Amino acid sequence: MSDIPQDLKYAESHEWVREEGGGLVTIGISDHAQEALGDLVYVEVPDVGATVTVGDACAVVESVKAASDVYSPVDGEVVAVNEALADAPELINSEPYGEGWIMQVRLADANALDDLLDAEGYANAIADD
Amino acid sequence: MSRKTALFEQHEAAGAKFVDFAGWDMPIHYGSQLEEHHAVRQDAGMFDVSHMTPVDVRGAGATEWLRHLLANDVAKLKTPGKALYSCMLTEQGTVIDDLITYRMTDEWYRVVVNAGTTEKDVAWMQQQAPEGISVEPRHELCILAVQGPQAVAKAAPLLGDAGAAAAALKPFNAVSEGDWFIGRTGYTGEDGFEIIGLADAVQTLWDGLLAAGVRPCGLGARDTLRLEAGMNLYGQDMDESVTPLASGLAWTVSFDDADRDFIGRAALEAQRAAGGLPRFVGVLLEGRGVLRAHMAVATPQGEGELTSGGFSPTMGRSIGLARIPAGDAETVDVIIRGKPVPARIVNPPFVRLGKIRVPGLND
Repeated sequence: MSDIPQDLKYAESHEWVREEGGGLVTIGISDHAQEALGDLVYVEVPDVGATVTVGDACAVVESVKAASDVYSPVDGEVVAVNEALADAPELINSEPYGEGWIMQVRLADANALDDLLDAEGYANAIADD
Repeated sequence: MSRKTALFEQHEAAGAKFVDFAGWDMPIHYGSQLEEHHAVRQDAGMFDVSHMTPVDVRGAGATEWLRHLLANDVAKLKTPGKALYSCMLTEQGTVIDDLITYRMTDEWYRVVVNAGTTEKDVAWMQQQAPEGISVEPRHELCILAVQGPQAVAKAAPLLGDAGAAAAALKPFNAVSEGDWFIGRTGYTGEDGFEIIGLADAVQTLWDGLLAAGVRPCGLGARDTLRLEAGMNLYGQDMDESVTPLASGLAWTVSFDDADRDFIGRAALEAQRAAGGLPRFVGVLLEGRGVLRAHMAVATPQGEGELTSGGFSPTMGRSIGLARIPAGDAETVDVIIRGKPVPARIVNPPFVRLGKIRVPGLND
């Protein structure tokens, strides 16, 4: 059973969103997603300053098996990216909700998180996988 | 309904994640493909490859017939137990399958064929076989590959009376003794055995190897290991649309005996005479990203294609195999998600016997 922290929001495409206050959110991929991908070997993060919109492919995670797009779960501007992933993509495997974060975004609309799933909703979504 | 090997319960107990491979439920990994890969390069790992099929060819004219059936020449096999890698070709010279043939006696050869091609291979062989030659797929036999620098030391003591003979085998030789048929062969670029036996014996062997610290490895690590070793994968690097001459396998086609009329020979000679054969090369990505099969490769002579690609755990770099237009390009661009990324042409293998072989990256 994969780990689904209660305090995060989720997209059905397996990204998680943590509210950091001040209209900032941190985004990564779920434990379920990293497990399905297998050992990660390469991560391509967006440029700081890039504009992202909901559903946009904004990052790429590549495992030993395949490449997979990461879709932005929110609208906004990328204000930070996890540079550590360039040398240590396996952080996403070991700590998907911690050191394996992918990017921070300043929300264009603070209410945008209302459309995302809570932990229970995401657990239901992946139960059908 | 997918098929399961005799080791399915062992795989489940070892925490396997399964994928469908050619209609079989096979382990893709047991938790970490990367750790499995490193175990084979540094110590010992084991792969259930029972989905592949030993096919016994028997009969008084077996040698002459196999010299006709296969593109490589089994007459090179001078001693009992010697093994030969070869392609089996269509009349057009394209690849039906790649396989290993062990000469056990003049009247008994064992041919090991790929899982996904077993049915068509056996049908083709039986159709080609003259009176007096039998072609028998041995579906009841299981195959366990034990690979890595410690593979022989860890496996030989578990093979009973056959153990001493197995440990004494030279590379690319096999012995058949008691319950076991053991080849000092593999698909990883490391030392080791491919061990063929009946289900209950192979199950017991698996348990013993596990207790001896041999790591279960899935098809994922098998693929990254063979790619580092520069070994072709049937269905990806070659198939019935290309010849071995266009697949980096010219070294496996024996033209030496001008009188040997093997299936596909005329077509290959015509292709050779026509010239302009594509190059089949190793590719090392210099920029960032991961090479994947089917990516386009831009060269000064035109576009080629990656036939295999992936991440090399030993090198920490992305590598691939590619078919590119004839020419002398030493650097190319691989098109990754629409963008050209620089890559270097290298001669496979990338890694062999635990050592990186790429100039500039080896120590």
